[in-house]
Amino acid sequence: MNSIEIKDLVKKFNRDVVAVDGISFEVKKGECFGLLGPNGAGKTTTLNILSTLLQPTSGSAFVAGFDVTKDKANVRRNIGMVFQEPALDSRLTGRENLEFHAMMYGVDAKTRKERIDYFLSLVELSEKAEVLVRNYSGGMKRRLEIARGLIQKPKVLFLDEPTLGLDSQTRRLIWDYIRKLTHESDISIILTTHYMEEADYLCDRIAIIDHGKIVALDTPENLKRAAGEATLEEVFLKYVGTSIRNIEVREKEW
Amino acid sequence: MVEFSAIYVLWLREMKKFLRAKERIIGSVAMPFMFLTFLGFGFNKMEIPGLNSGLSYIHFLVPGMIGMNMLFSSMFSGISVLWDREFGFLKEIMIAPVSRVSIALGRIFGGSTTGIIQGIVFFAASFLLGFSLAPQFGLFRAVFGFLLMLIFMFLISVTFNALGLSFASNMRDAQGFELIINFVMFPLFFLSGAVAPIANLPPFIQVISYLNPLTYGVDGIRGALIRSSMFPIWFDLLLSSFFALILIGLASFFFERSEGV
Ligand SMILES: Nc1ncnc2c1ncn2[C@@H]1O[C@H](COP(=O)(O)OP(=O)(O)O)[C@@H](O)[C@H]1O
Ligand SMILES: [Mg+2]
Repeated sequence: MNSIEIKDLVKKFNRDVVAVDGISFEVKKGECFGLLGPNGAGKTTTLNILSTLLQPTSGSAFVAGFDVTKDKANVRRNIGMVFQEPALDSRLTGRENLEFHAMMYGVDAKTRKERIDYFLSLVELSEKAEVLVRNYSGGMKRRLEIARGLIQKPKVLFLDEPTLGLDSQTRRLIWDYIRKLTHESDISIILTTHYMEEADYLCDRIAIIDHGKIVALDTPENLKRAAGEATLEEVFLKYVGTSIRNIEVREKEW
Repeated sequence: MVEFSAIYVLWLREMKKFLRAKERIIGSVAMPFMFLTFLGFGFNKMEIPGLNSGLSYIHFLVPGMIGMNMLFSSMFSGISVLWDREFGFLKEIMIAPVSRVSIALGRIFGGSTTGIIQGIVFFAASFLLGFSLAPQFGLFRAVFGFLLMLIFMFLISVTFNALGLSFASNMRDAQGFELIINFVMFPLFFLSGAVAPIANLPPFIQVISYLNPLTYGVDGIRGALIRSSMFPIWFDLLLSSFFALILIGLASFFFERSEGV
């Protein structure tokens, strides 16, 4: 059974900005699926549609078997999300943020306590649990958000650039949590990133997305083989026409 | 469909943040207190027709200032939605598997509770400036009056929290919100009979006053505390409840329609 099925999904902003331009793909149960693309490719917009935050312009999307436009409540019950930008309440403590979340998802008091303690220790924040989030570092916030996304035991997890802007040590740590998660449970994950190594290391299959369109979709090995390239970096260059680093620089100059 | 645990946890979040920002309580009480001092001493000789004997302008004014306190804090608490949007937390709330009505109610009740706490602080402080309950009240009537005041405080807060939320749901930036809210809030305040009897206003403006939810809240509090009101208390209660329900409906509708990102 597929955890996610997307067909001809389109999202336009203000009529003329086409952020997502007719993408289709499926994510299998237990799979880690990567959306790899430069800034502005449409990755976040896609996740926002899948998580019911945005209404698609056309096309269809099913998450855990439920239509994201018609059956929002059931979609919401089955997903966890880690947003690209921090979405924590900085005037609450780490534990309070998790408690808020667990109560919103209807987790009962006893289970709540157990799970919060468990996930806090998983992301190595047990010691900082009673500290206000405004005093957390960027890496700590990210880890807290990953813990939060897991508390309700979602069937599908969305990770929007989970290691963006983190130092390489914290990035490693987060990669390890994600790997552990994919090996030890049958959770399905969609992860967006513009780091090649990340997609290569974590994902079972990768869709390369640019200007709202999927330009290639396969396992990392097959992508490399088909393009006759040794690294995903080169594969990306071949499909998109420019290197991903150049795109980043160009965006900054704007 | 309404989820009580979601309403409760949204309310709890509001309480925790309120108690962690104690300066907010002082700040919010300071403005009506200043009004009270200047108006109260300035117009102490003002004749209020129909006021019971032994009462002066300050007795008339304090219920109005309680209404003002409720109105201001309530309307501005809608801004918390815009801050949540700004800091990304609104997305966390919007993808949760709870009905949008529950979210709106949680926010409204959270904002109302903080408003009521501020109102009580103000009420207590007003005795320092010479306010007193109606002299003929016994202990029972005094306690009853206090409880009635709490009910009116709650209804006013809910009404204007809901109005604030309705505006916030249709806006994206906090500055625009403040502008609009000030624009709406001051007429509501001045046309509610909070500082001067409505009977003194020109007839066509009186019509607006009678459509203003705050009018019945302030009048009800006067009835509760100094037993001197335009309408019977049950009538004020009825109309205040009516406005509260209508505005909860309106806020839920607008909030439901607003996008999460
Ligand atoms: N709310 C919005 N209004 C208008 N345009 C938007 C909005 N959100 C995103 N866009 C545009 O849609 C495109 C895709 O953005 P996004 O999905 O954030 O890309 P990515 O996450 O891949 O960096 C960009 O051109 C962006 O400017
Ligand atoms: Mg993005």
